[in-house]
Amino acid sequence: MVQKEQVVSSRDNILAKIKAIPMEQKPLPEIPDFELKLELIELFIQSIKGNKGEVIDQKQLREFLEINRFTKIIDLSKNFPDLGTLELVKDPHDLADLEVAIIKGQFGVAENGGIWLTDDNMGLRALPFITEHLVIVLEEKSLVSNMHTAYQKIGNQHSGFGLFLAGPSKTADIEQSLVIGAHGAKSLRVVFI
Amino acid sequence: MSHPAKASEFLEDSAKSKWHDETLWFVRDKRDTISKAIPEWEQLRELASGIKDNVLANLDNYLIEFEKNAKANNIHVHWAKDAEEHNQIVLSILQQHRCKAIVKSKSILTEECHLNPYLEENGVEVVDTDLGERIVQFLNQPPSHIVLPAIHLKKRDISEIFHEKLQTEKGNEDPTYLTHAARVHLREKFLGAKVAITGVNFGVAETGEFVVCTNEGNADMGVHLADVHIACMGIEKIIPRRKDLGVFLRLLARSATGQPITNYNSHFRSPSPDKEIHIVLLDNGRTEQLGREKFKNSLKCIRCGACMNTCPIYRRSGGYSYGSVVPGPIGSILSPGLDLKKHSSLPFASTLCGSCSDVCPVKINIHEQLYEWRQEITKDQGTNAKSISMKIANGIFAVPFAYKVSGAMMRGALKILPDSITYSGLNTWGKQRDLPETPKETFKEWYKKNRS
Amino acid sequence: MKFNKNIALFIPCYVDQFYPNVAIATLELLEKLGCQVTYPMGQTCCGQPMANAGYERDTVGTTKHFLKTFKDYDYIVAPSGSCVLHVKEHSPTVPGLESEQHATQHKIYELTEFIADILKVDSIQGSYPHKVGYHASCHGQRGLRLASASELHETPFNKARQLLKHLEGLEWVELTRKDECCGFGGTFAVTEEALSVQMGKDRLEDHLVHGVEVLTGGDMSCIMHLEGIARRNKQPLQFKHIAEILNEAIS
Repeated sequence: MVQKEQVVSSRDNILAKIKAIPMEQKPLPEIPDFELKLELIELFIQSIKGNKGEVIDQKQLREFLEINRFTKIIDLSKNFPDLGTLELVKDPHDLADLEVAIIKGQFGVAENGGIWLTDDNMGLRALPFITEHLVIVLEEKSLVSNMHTAYQKIGNQHSGFGLFLAGPSKTADIEQSLVIGAHGAKSLRVVFI
Repeated sequence: MSHPAKASEFLEDSAKSKWHDETLWFVRDKRDTISKAIPEWEQLRELASGIKDNVLANLDNYLIEFEKNAKANNIHVHWAKDAEEHNQIVLSILQQHRCKAIVKSKSILTEECHLNPYLEENGVEVVDTDLGERIVQFLNQPPSHIVLPAIHLKKRDISEIFHEKLQTEKGNEDPTYLTHAARVHLREKFLGAKVAITGVNFGVAETGEFVVCTNEGNADMGVHLADVHIACMGIEKIIPRRKDLGVFLRLLARSATGQPITNYNSHFRSPSPDKEIHIVLLDNGRTEQLGREKFKNSLKCIRCGACMNTCPIYRRSGGYSYGSVVPGPIGSILSPGLDLKKHSSLPFASTLCGSCSDVCPVKINIHEQLYEWRQEITKDQGTNAKSISMKIANGIFAVPFAYKVSGAMMRGALKILPDSITYSGLNTWGKQRDLPETPKETFKEWYKKNRS
Repeated sequence: MKFNKNIALFIPCYVDQFYPNVAIATLELLEKLGCQVTYPMGQTCCGQPMANAGYERDTVGTTKHFLKTFKDYDYIVAPSGSCVLHVKEHSPTVPGLESEQHATQHKIYELTEFIADILKVDSIQGSYPHKVGYHASCHGQRGLRLASASELHETPFNKARQLLKHLEGLEWVELTRKDECCGFGGTFAVTEEALSVQMGKDRLEDHLVHGVEVLTGGDMSCIMHLEGIARRNKQPLQFKHIAEILNEAIS
């Protein structure tokens, strides 16, 4: 029997191998409603603190900026008319010495301090990471209890990039000693409005 | 060298091995504390396990759905049947973009494929940007733990290598100082890289998006500054729906390090304008494992490392004693599937205590698979001295008279032999332990005399 | 209070050979609790050591002999969690004896679970004025669910502790690592000797640091390993199987 030599793509090769395995069907479980019945604001504040961030008010934000005499501040939040000193650039490489970025978060997750952000909030995807200090403005009433309600809230939202950001950059890779400010922002401050 | 020899060596430095054991126990303890703060913890594990069971039963369909949705969002999807093809695909993307220096965030899959040496042989500088991975890269070592790559090193070791490579102050072991030096050094690399490589924690079939979780933010620093993002993903990392991420993200960081979530959880759906995202889907033995009824559940793994932290053997022997890319309990059930002979000592590097299965967020029956691999390995070894002695043992235990005679012989011998022979080097039990005393009669003898 | 069933005593091979006192204590204890107990003389071994070493398929003869020895009894009780777990979960199918095997697997119990769940004894009355450290042998604990596991999110329970709780003078000592493995593991004790001994030393240290006088548990294999290390290092600990404690406390 003459066999015609065929080049099977790896894609077809892999899919065929999977298909050839006899499989017992296993149903996809439904996820129940694990609603947390706790004070969301208090829990969120505790979570952010645990992740080495902090929740502050507007007065404390101004103090933070003044005391440190920051001159390179990008504010995309539209909540404060006078805090930003720079316009958003086009090339993220030009953000390398940005001192403070102030952005608006869509909602926060009380169980872990995660704040949902998408392209619209960040302007440039690198912004929340490359800035030395990050400030996120968040509406108190936007808080949800846990990740299940979080994904319900996100629903079918379609953004090229989305991020749950829960604290400043950190690492414990050196003998398990916690160090804040590895490669991303050295601090996270959340301002409730 | 097999596991027992390497473990024995690891234990020779008793201060360091004790520290390694206590440090990882501390991580396990943090995991316990935080998991007990979630009333539905065991339910979440059951859900995650059920979701992954469904994925494995429908893997081809989910992969097709994932590819379709990813492509619709302008993500390039590549398929690699083995490590070699994976590396070739990555290199060809780099060559297309004339890229000679890249940054890479944590990806055990790229370790599995030995991507770094391959790229370096082909003239590409690879910089691992996770702090722990950069440290072991400087030392020319593989990671010893999948989540805590430098857990086997003390700060003195890191201070020394940083002094050599980054010109930090000699003798300065302060973690903050050293981390800051790494931040400055790696920032330069981030700013200069045109291509960034990451791993993938979860790929979502429903939307074609994929998620990368870090605490350092290094994956994002790499990809958002680069022009091209290459994401390397094992085909088993698929999950069906976006909302399933709720279950997995609640379990992952808590199981891995005892924190409620990593500080960054990046969802990549489509590239920024003028940039590219490539995803490479890798088989490399996963379809083989999928076909092994007793072992396919090992593919549910989400690479949290909880099994390593809880394993009393891993804690006391270290990742390197396993000689496999993924060490510890999960490594011991994945690796024999890749090379049975090379990894034949791994399923025996366990007392089958079962703690690993209890901490696994996706309920892989790790300890049972270790037992099953033992059966496979002895079958593969065929007839040898051990198998013959086992057959003899079966013969003894199948026949009461033979049992009685051999038992009496053994006990009789122990009574007569002087300690110098009983405890000679030939008797491994007796190296650091006393044998039990020989009683004057067995229970059988006592029962016969007193009760029947 | 008489328990009107026929109970067969299953004694692990190494207990028969080296720790007959544990077997005697088990027998006497069950009798004191109103049981009619026989010890079938033809018993040898359950086959666990060979199966764990990877030769489960070679234990058919041993398993067949086990089934035949114990088939005429209502219950089989053993002072060993690991042997009972092996019979229930890892003995190879014996062709032709499937229904007998199934019946055997459903009527075999470890000693403390038999007393707590079948005899429904809440706790033993008596006196045992000692500081007791409990070693939770892994197969009994995680396999037979004799006690809750510290890594699981579940309401804590411990069948042995329950039985001991009303013994006068007994102080139950809380350990730092409540259920870490002792390192015996069957052939592991010899093939990974360095690890095995280190694990045992660490368990002993936990007990000693908390002032334990008597180390107890449900499996003599673990205790034999721990006692071997303690004796070699001249550590001041007594070792008793829980059957011995319960039996001693009642008389």
